[in-house]
Amino acid sequence: MQPQTLEQILEGRRSQPNQLIEVLQDIQRTFGYISQNAMRTISRNLGVPLIEVYRVASFYKAFRLKPSGKYVLTFCTGTACHVRNANLLLDQATSYLGVQPGEVTTDGQFSVEHVNCLGACALGPIVTEDGSYHHHMTPAKLRKLIETLRNQKTEVKQYAQTK
Amino acid sequence: MPKLNSARELEHLRERLRQQRQDITTTVMVCGGTGCQASNSRSVVDAIRAELTRQGLEQKVWLCVTGCHGFCEQGPVMVIEPGNIFYCHVSPEDAFEIVYQTVMKGELIERLLYTDPVSGKKCRTETEIPFYEAQDRQILSQNRMVDPCSIEDYIVAGGYTALTRVLNHNLTPDRIIKEIEESRLRGRGGGGFPTGRKWQECCEAPGDEKYVICNADEGDPGAYMDRCLLEGNPHLVLEGMMLGARTIGARKGYIYVRNEYPLAVKHSRTAVEQARELGLLGNNILGSSFSFDVDIARGGGAFVCGESTALMASVEGKVGEPRAKDVHTVVDGLYHKPTTLNNVETWANIPSIISNGSSWFASKGTKGSKGTKILALTGRIKNTGLVEVAMGMPIHEVVFNIGGGAVDGKLIKAVQIGGPSGGCLPVEKFNLPIDFDILAEAGSMVGSGGMVVMDEGSCMVDVAKYFLKFLQDESCGKCVPCRLGIDRMLEIITDITEGRGKLEQLDLLEELAETVSETALCGLGKTAPNPVLTTLRYFRQEYEAHINERRCPSGVCKALITYRIDPDKCTGCGVCLRGCVHGAITGEKNQQHVIDVHLCQKCGICRSECKFDAIQVVSENEVSRCSST
Repeated sequence: MQPQTLEQILEGRRSQPNQLIEVLQDIQRTFGYISQNAMRTISRNLGVPLIEVYRVASFYKAFRLKPSGKYVLTFCTGTACHVRNANLLLDQATSYLGVQPGEVTTDGQFSVEHVNCLGACALGPIVTEDGSYHHHMTPAKLRKLIETLRNQKTEVKQYAQTK
Repeated sequence: MPKLNSARELEHLRERLRQQRQDITTTVMVCGGTGCQASNSRSVVDAIRAELTRQGLEQKVWLCVTGCHGFCEQGPVMVIEPGNIFYCHVSPEDAFEIVYQTVMKGELIERLLYTDPVSGKKCRTETEIPFYEAQDRQILSQNRMVDPCSIEDYIVAGGYTALTRVLNHNLTPDRIIKEIEESRLRGRGGGGFPTGRKWQECCEAPGDEKYVICNADEGDPGAYMDRCLLEGNPHLVLEGMMLGARTIGARKGYIYVRNEYPLAVKHSRTAVEQARELGLLGNNILGSSFSFDVDIARGGGAFVCGESTALMASVEGKVGEPRAKDVHTVVDGLYHKPTTLNNVETWANIPSIISNGSSWFASKGTKGSKGTKILALTGRIKNTGLVEVAMGMPIHEVVFNIGGGAVDGKLIKAVQIGGPSGGCLPVEKFNLPIDFDILAEAGSMVGSGGMVVMDEGSCMVDVAKYFLKFLQDESCGKCVPCRLGIDRMLEIITDITEGRGKLEQLDLLEELAETVSETALCGLGKTAPNPVLTTLRYFRQEYEAHINERRCPSGVCKALITYRIDPDKCTGCGVCLRGCVHGAITGEKNQQHVIDVHLCQKCGICRSECKFDAIQVVSENEVSRCSST
């Protein structure tokens, strides 16, 4: 079962500095990013200096130090996707949404990220969103995906208003 | 399930499980790997399961959700035995027909059969498919027989027999090492170091506390065989690790797996838990004196962590920076203890070497490279996926016979083998065999086995730039040659791709590349210049075209090209206009459209969307020549 709180994540791992990356992974998964507060708590509980926690959290690509958008579009830019024009899609998304990779749109809805390889090279170019893989992506499919996600947002809003 | 206390109990369990499955007449193996899941194989499984229940066939038909079959492009794929029937691009709506016609009556469903794109022939069975026909699937074929989340399946398929053999006959470490050495198995992760020698050195290293590590940090973009193995047959890898641990005397092991592979993380965790429950991991395994346990460590998305010392630092919870290997990790590794680190594929080879003997393994392959190798065949070819071939197969056979050749009638130009540490080989070198030493001589390497095929649409200078960017991004920054050398090389290449290049820069580039490869600290830095060196060696004319003519022959480098719309081909349909995110295209419906070169960012979206091939890429200098006349 996935842990829900920082306490649960730290359970059984206290005073074990070698658990640092595992703890950071779980925090990222549960909260979407590693906050300053979380880093302080980890530092105290694992017995790792705060600067070391920050060093590790900022070294590895997997960790985000700022909250992400509601929808995170991750573009695979591995070699196989690259030769099938993955860059074109990344360009499209950044221009379309007006953000650079790693940034969040001003309305907080979208983050654009890229990853070196997702290991689904035969199906490239690949874009993932919330764990689902969108394969053989084209500009038209990407546009549709972004629009669908955007409309989901408005649907939720409308639903909230009617309530 | 109760804990097993002896090898005999394991054999009894195997016998009992086999008997339980006697009534099964048909097996439906649906691929549940990442690739096929992306193509919605889960719904296919649900639909077939529901249909089997509806027909009351749950006892007779075994629906097995397996790991990756390798032919991801055709997903979701399934194989039905007996008959070896292969269906591809299956959808949940096909479930009724599959159960009613094929499972119950043994009839084929024509539309789900695979059509060979080269000959246009429909293939009735899996073995008829050219993609599979030329392969020698020693390891990958086992993926199809087991549900990765079921230890029972692995046991029924003959799993853990190598372990029982070692424990029953009480084979000494020397004997096992001799077997591995005689098999001449070499590390599958990239280096190609003889596995037997590594084990020997670790075995001889002083100290009681030793470790084994499975390197599943497959950071090499374009390769995914490790994901496929760990995700599809985790017990095979685990058994290999157990044999390694028993040999070198380790009580603890780690599987260091990329967190970008969620399914591999999940399946390896499940496998470890199941093995613990059965007593195949833990204290006194199968009643012997051998104790061993495995933990899963997730990677943090750093390419450098594929390097052994960086990986070990990462397992320790630290920043993944490599260190000088004056003393090898087999003596001074994880927590400064002797450590044997092997790649997933290497571990997966161990059980069959122990079971079948070293001569069986060494009978395949070339003089210096034995056995089979899994390759990730991707890029601009017809059949992409994972292929396993005997070492020594020429590249052209892999690319053309298995891969089916180029797509869209284009010409294949090169293949990039071995990822960012490997090199690009031109078509003229396609007669070279897949062999550690021969490819290294040619400036490339087998590496982890990623093979990205490129056609005339790929610019080799851009490819070199892509890898340098990748490596610049991934360099940990600890040593100067790698941190600054790659930066400078990238600067020069960027100059070239943007039309500012000078011929003398090529010599400087070569010199820099050689310096970086001689002086960098770790394997990543040492091999970083390979893509530059090989493209310079085999595609120098492309570099020269960029420099002398300010022209990108493949029409890729943005600074040297301009997009325009061919008035004869444009129908004014408006697709490009709607697709352009920069608002650079204008035109009335059914009238010819035009691109405003000042607004155009040369992203290429319009070109990829135009159905009439009306968007052309022309050289920047051609345009200026036209406008000046």
